[in-house]
Amino acid sequence: MYKPFGKIADLHERPLTMLDTNRTAAPLVSLSGAGIFRNGRWLVRGVDMTIRPAEIVTLIGPNGSGKSTTARMATGILRPDEGTISRRAALRIGYVPQQLAIDRSLPLTVSRLMRLTGPAPRDNIRASLAAAGVAHLENAQVHDLSGGEFQRVLLARAIAQEPDLLVLDEPVQGVDFNGEVAMYELIGKIRDRVGCGVLLISHDLHVVMAATDTVICLNGHVCCSGSPENVAASEEYRSLFGARAAEAVAFYRHQHDHTHLPDGRVKHADGSITEHCHPEDGHHDHAHEDEARPERASGGGRA
Amino acid sequence: MLDDFFTRALLAGIGVAAVAGPLGCFIVWRRMAYFGDTMAHSALLGVAVSLLFSFNLTLGVFAVAALVSVALILLQRRRALSSDSLLGILSHSTLALGLVMVAAMSWVRIDLMGLLFGDILAVSKLDLAVVYGGGVLVLAALIYLWRPLLAGTVSEEVAEAEGLSPRVTQFAFMLLMAAVIAIAMRIVGVLLITSLLIIPAATARRFAATPEQMAVVAAGVGILAAVGGLLGSLNYDTPSGPSIVVAALVIFLISLVPLGNRALKGGQKP
Repeated sequence: MYKPFGKIADLHERPLTMLDTNRTAAPLVSLSGAGIFRNGRWLVRGVDMTIRPAEIVTLIGPNGSGKSTTARMATGILRPDEGTISRRAALRIGYVPQQLAIDRSLPLTVSRLMRLTGPAPRDNIRASLAAAGVAHLENAQVHDLSGGEFQRVLLARAIAQEPDLLVLDEPVQGVDFNGEVAMYELIGKIRDRVGCGVLLISHDLHVVMAATDTVICLNGHVCCSGSPENVAASEEYRSLFGARAAEAVAFYRHQHDHTHLPDGRVKHADGSITEHCHPEDGHHDHAHEDEARPERASGGGRA
Repeated sequence: MLDDFFTRALLAGIGVAAVAGPLGCFIVWRRMAYFGDTMAHSALLGVAVSLLFSFNLTLGVFAVAALVSVALILLQRRRALSSDSLLGILSHSTLALGLVMVAAMSWVRIDLMGLLFGDILAVSKLDLAVVYGGGVLVLAALIYLWRPLLAGTVSEEVAEAEGLSPRVTQFAFMLLMAAVIAIAMRIVGVLLITSLLIIPAATARRFAATPEQMAVVAAGVGILAAVGGLLGSLNYDTPSGPSIVVAALVIFLISLVPLGNRALKGGQKP
């Protein structure tokens, strides 16, 4: 299937249309009652999830709630031990990992990284890099990039493969707050332009909630799912994340009403100053159910 | 021309180095140096087993090295012991077992030094055919596997999610390593094969901006070391394996000399 990728570069000129998801198109991936059983326990169970073209689905939940496991079922790495999964034939997946540590002994330019898992025409590579705002880095060595640049390059790499489904595992790790907002806006724009389905994994509620069509809240099972507003208003969500989290949605619908002061505090539109803009996200050790993945304690340096 | 023992050794050395360089790059990138060492040490056990059962030596070495790598992967999955302990156990116990078995078989006369350190006199026309036949096969397989192998090296997670099979590829890579060890054993010797894989690759790092460039440069450096080492071996009557490794080391040390910015187009920071 050909997609007019050459024009992805003028993404920024298009208005953002968040909720025009095609609800009738055939699903890219559909999980029904899916679960994974490992080492005598269910990592996650009873997951119903459908991702359609141009739809952004976000998985949220505490550490070890089965987010990554669910994503690995969707990408086909894990086969569900119960329930069913159906994926569209020849589904192309673009994957943006949480982090990537490339050994320094491996010389790798950005343009070579873009062709890592499959060939990509040079025009696609340039357009994808431009869309992610890192066109100037095409010939740089990946070891010389900053954390934020590298995340953008990884996103560009995933879209250069013209995926039907873009899967992002906490794509804003190591990106500062403004970069985080920009990253989610970028993901939304890419969805609008390319029309790919998006599966986002996050334990970071706030920004994600504003940039998604469907939220699935996991805690070993599906606690609640639906539009961000409905999920945020639900009892299950409040009991899982606390009442303050519900305010996050309303807050981040108007996220540009505050500025970050040099000392790390936040000045809001009404003139008040607080220590953080999302206190409950200040520090969290974060471990995945998937032991094969490098662990990473994070969040402390953000916002 | 092939009747001259030194010409045969030279050609064999060049053939081995041309394959070892690109393969060695993956060993460097994946931090598998000790793994390669363990497989190489098991080659002596392969020799002993082949002699015991009057089996083809090259095939026997290949089979034992491949079995050891499979055993390692299975043991690593159990996670009862750390990888380096497992490697240490297998590396030295297979070597010791091989030495004991070879010594116990009093009915076979065997040049142990030649096995451990390589022997240019030992390269027969058949060996030469094995080096080039096997070498072409290994290189062809490496080129075929290049993309999934590199993708799995950069990120197993990404490769897997995007439909490549990094685990299958990794297993195929182990078989290629076993093949190179079986092929290279005559020239470099069991104890020094890993250095022929690693030193040229490490030398090439500085002169490469992409993985492909590094593989090509590593092959070139390896060939240079093989020719230089064998010439030294002939002149000074030293064992061929150590001579080649010393030549590789000299090239590596020369490559560390700082150059102007123009020579470092690879773009890496100093």
